[in-house]
Amino acid sequence: MTEGLRTEEFQVNMGPHHPSTHGVCRFILTMDGEVIVRAEPVIGYLHRSLEKICENRTYAQCIPVMDRFEYCTSMCCNEVFALAVEKLAGIEVPEYAEYLRVIMMELNRIASHMIWYGTTALDLGAITPFLYSFREREDILDMFEMTCGQRLTYNYIRIGGVSKDIPPEFIPKCKEFLATIDHKIDDYERMLTENPIFMVRNKGVGTLSPEMAIAYGVSGPSLRASGIKYDLRRDDPYSIYNRFKFDIPVCHNGDCYDRYIIRIKEMRESAKIVRQALEQLPNAEVNTGKMVKANFKPAKGEVYSRIENSRGEMGVYIQSTGDTKKPLRVKMRGGSYNQLQVMPELVKGVKIADVVAIMASLDIIMPEVDR
Amino acid sequence: MELIGIFKYLYEQLVATGIPQVWVDLISLVASAVIIFGVLALIALFLVWWERKLSADFQQRMGPMLTGWHGLIQTVADAIKLIQKEDITPTKADRPVFFWAPIICFVAAFAVYVTVPFGEGLIVSDLNIGILYIVAITTFTVISLLMAGWGSNNKYALLGGMRSAAQVVSYEVPMIVAILSVIVFVGSLSMVDIVESQALIYQWYIFRMPFGPIAFVIFIIAATAETNRTPFDLPEAEQELVAGFNIEYSGMKFAMFFLAEFINMFTVSAIGATLFLGGWQGPFLPSWVWFLVKTFGLVFVFMWFRWTYPRLRVDQLMEFSWKFLLPLAFANLILAGWMKYSGWFNW
Repeated sequence: MTEGLRTEEFQVNMGPHHPSTHGVCRFILTMDGEVIVRAEPVIGYLHRSLEKICENRTYAQCIPVMDRFEYCTSMCCNEVFALAVEKLAGIEVPEYAEYLRVIMMELNRIASHMIWYGTTALDLGAITPFLYSFREREDILDMFEMTCGQRLTYNYIRIGGVSKDIPPEFIPKCKEFLATIDHKIDDYERMLTENPIFMVRNKGVGTLSPEMAIAYGVSGPSLRASGIKYDLRRDDPYSIYNRFKFDIPVCHNGDCYDRYIIRIKEMRESAKIVRQALEQLPNAEVNTGKMVKANFKPAKGEVYSRIENSRGEMGVYIQSTGDTKKPLRVKMRGGSYNQLQVMPELVKGVKIADVVAIMASLDIIMPEVDR
Repeated sequence: MELIGIFKYLYEQLVATGIPQVWVDLISLVASAVIIFGVLALIALFLVWWERKLSADFQQRMGPMLTGWHGLIQTVADAIKLIQKEDITPTKADRPVFFWAPIICFVAAFAVYVTVPFGEGLIVSDLNIGILYIVAITTFTVISLLMAGWGSNNKYALLGGMRSAAQVVSYEVPMIVAILSVIVFVGSLSMVDIVESQALIYQWYIFRMPFGPIAFVIFIIAATAETNRTPFDLPEAEQELVAGFNIEYSGMKFAMFFLAEFINMFTVSAIGATLFLGGWQGPFLPSWVWFLVKTFGLVFVFMWFRWTYPRLRVDQLMEFSWKFLLPLAFANLILAGWMKYSGWFNW
């Protein structure tokens, strides 16, 4: 009976329009029943040519473009570009502005991790956690809105400082947020961390060995989940991160569950940093820095700046000829790109449901991949 | 009580007109079919609204608020919208299979209610194989899902259909075994006999220690899988299969799947209430009120599951059924049989 029976692999085109590819990623999945034989990511559906756009603008005009680089953490994108130009031109940023930058970046990291938390739960079929985390994200966005008028693309951190001072109601609002955030994260954990279904779906799934992580250039929380304690905030401190005390959570299994634990812990650590920054904020001298003008020309040279984004190392390379107002070359590096490259390795031999779980746990978002 | 009185009165009036008995039976059958259909359609519409409201409560939202009082007629508006939608059949679909799948699903969902006792005497036909009939008919759903998956000629739909077939077959077995442990005690397959054997609250099978609660939990878990709801909603796992078996369906055909899903949820809740919670039995209130209260209580539990849990993976789902649920159900059945035989707790 089974003699003449022949089974064959078939291809499923997952995306670009698929509910859980976090943007418009496309996977060509070769499948044997429910099991993935091969996965091939196809990228470029969200390509907006940001690097080239930057090369045709003045330095100050590049900041709003950077907002679109990775729209979940626009503050960090602003920072990495500003940092690069400041390094190139030797601009000093006032201490007060540095504190504001750190507060904003860490709040943005929490907001980004909240998106990750919600979408991870959503990808695993739990819908309610998504709305819980977006409730708190709303508070952060409100704070950003009252500061710079924007909720997603902030254009706040500028070359030389920040665009404006925080309004007087910011600090009470932020303190109120920080007072409850630990409790709220406890709530999140209660929904998923110990949930038996969540555990069986994530433990031992998509195990990323430290060697493979390094070979693929995986960075950020996904790297730390594989047992490598590497965080640019500690290992290559930029801005004023060396003034704060915070832990760098590390796990050792490298599976989806560890990547979940790491990010939950990071939210708490970020809250810790914001708390310290608010305490240390120098109220005596309110100086948000001097913005560069449109005719600003940095000296000839090249620079690479990198920061720890919520999705790994985010870097910008800028080459300046010294005689034009526009950069000659801008190259952006996003953590998601490397995380996406490691996906085909991780999903080999898993079920289609795990593809979604792994992609969610690596926290890949497509704007950062395609740029 | 008073409901059945009205029906009896109408029936007697019909007989009094003097038309042949065959016609009287035919008319009363058609009438009861129409009544059942109308009531269930209303219940399904209500359940859709209730699910949206409950999910909103769980998620700290408002849910539908604009159409009617607290969005009460939102589902009606949705149904009207779905009727207006173009009914698309994919070019490469297997047309007859594609066409019949939602109809079978819909009809099977309603056909169950022939033997569901809504109240004392409120039953279309008290078949002596009542529960067996229900179990047999509910299995039709899987055929329709498989047909939908196959007929759509879509890979996601096919995966969804296959998943649902595997899932329903695996969970049917522990569910039936859990039901059997109650049947062993009742000694009858008739739904009315089952309810009548639980006249007092301590006689409800959920309170018959120790086998009752175990059978109830097994039943609830298996029923969740039967109705394709979270955490067992793999056939339509949005994040993996986009929409699963109903991906290619639009308009009224989609609405039929959708309504059938809610009817099925109501069905398993009704079976659960009948088998374990004493069916229509209860003091003071009319019997059909008790039945509805208990059934909606179970529906609430299913909805609660849905808005709380993540989804299992397909292999974990199978493992859970065959390696844990089924052995437990069989052990429980043996326990129930032994209890019956030895006369323990034989109230």
